Amino acid sequence: MKKLYLPTDEKTIRSLHIGDEVLLNGTIVTARDTAHKYMVTEKPKDIKPLLKNSVIYHCGPIVANESGIWRMVCAGPTTSIREEPYEADVIKLYGVRGVIGKGGMGPKTLEACKKYGAVYLHATGGCAAKIAETMEEVLEVRKLEFGTPEAFWVIRVKDFPCTVTMDSHGRSLHEIIEKKSRKVLESLLK
Amino acid sequence: MDPKQLQIHLIELIRKSSTDMPPDIEKALMTGYHREAKGSSAKGAFKAIMETIKLSRKKSIPLCQDTGSLVWHIYYPDGSELLPVESSIKQATVLATRLNYLRPNSVDPVTGINPGNNLGNGVPSPHFHPWKKKSWEFNLMNKGGGCENVGAQYKLPDTRLGAGRDLDGVYKSVLDAVFQAQGRGCAPGIICVGIGGDRDTGMVIAKKQIFRKLDDANPDQLLATLEKKLYRDCNKLGIGPMGYGGKTTVLGVKIGKYHRLPATYFVSIAYMCWSDRRAKMIIRGQKAHYSN
Repeated sequence: MKKLYLPTDEKTIRSLHIGDEVLLNGTIVTARDTAHKYMVTEKPKDIKPLLKNSVIYHCGPIVANESGIWRMVCAGPTTSIREEPYEADVIKLYGVRGVIGKGGMGPKTLEACKKYGAVYLHATGGCAAKIAETMEEVLEVRKLEFGTPEAFWVIRVKDFPCTVTMDSHGRSLHEIIEKKSRKVLESLLK
Repeated sequence: MDPKQLQIHLIELIRKSSTDMPPDIEKALMTGYHREAKGSSAKGAFKAIMETIKLSRKKSIPLCQDTGSLVWHIYYPDGSELLPVESSIKQATVLATRLNYLRPNSVDPVTGINPGNNLGNGVPSPHFHPWKKKSWEFNLMNKGGGCENVGAQYKLPDTRLGAGRDLDGVYKSVLDAVFQAQGRGCAPGIICVGIGGDRDTGMVIAKKQIFRKLDDANPDQLLATLEKKLYRDCNKLGIGPMGYGGKTTVLGVKIGKYHRLPATYFVSIAYMCWSDRRAKMIIRGQKAHYSN
């Protein structure tokens, strides 16, 4: 397992390949459907410093507020493909070096990963309680008016486990598995 | 039933459903873990899954942050008053959200506003069924949004698949749906199918299959055979847990049927993620008995 410290740089990201298992350390920011649309259409200036050389997490967590202090209760990945229309622009505009999610993303995001130097990191879907244990501190929340799942949660993580499934060299494990399974499907449908 | 007491029972049912994995599903996941190759991403995913199940049970934390839509099927003694029960369900939902057993999951599709309490138009929508017994049975399932998105409804015949209006057509539709889903519905899933009905009831019968135990036997011999064949062939697709590739793409296939109209032939497919959260509560007199 490789440790990946955030913020990171292009060289470190380019050294990662599909199949690599990494442990994330540092600050990540959650963003899902509403946040992605907002980033691309409104282009808010205050979000960029949070995301530059860091990682976005596709996640709509359950968060507890205990005497004014936020704590992540449950925070697994959500399906990433819904952000496919936006992600390439987000990588370009905000200098994001990685995206954590589940299920993988499409050709537009893969191309952006190659062009700008970013990776897609797959977390285990449904393992929300376990992933939340790697979240040491909620540093802040922005746009809470979007609702708890859709807000930007800024979180400090320690050893958050992920697998690289799309790298900055144009390779996608999801594309490979889809091609293989399509062949099996075609033979079964005959 | 005393509404206050019922509310307390319902909160416990929601807690159990959100945090405690049913034993049959846990067993199937463990089998999957042993089946995958040493050192593979697939085995790693199963390991994380098994650890999550233990942790959630021990600490009463929801297994998944997406606590889903709450799907209720309630069997009640014929002639009972239902409005107070509906009201207790709503109150229990609000309180369970406050206790973090549920994520605020109800969003106005027009304004985008999330009221934060899991209530709203059409939410919750319990299904009530009268029966002759004197006891009440509450069946609850948490159906997450990721797997809901990869569900599908096929209208046969389907030229693209070469699927006719028969069980072979059903077979082809289900395989295609599992292929289309890849890992996006949190594979390995439980594939629940409704043959027939209309666009509405077809999906109801599909989702009702999610309440079946993985190791039960379909009393309909033809459907039982098709379930086995689909289970075997879906796992040949090699999609694997999370879509990492592997031997375990589905944990089970369950099929039900409703009579259809002469002109229609729907195959409704509800994809349930590996985190097949369901729980049951039987109330006799003042006593509640829970299981899942």
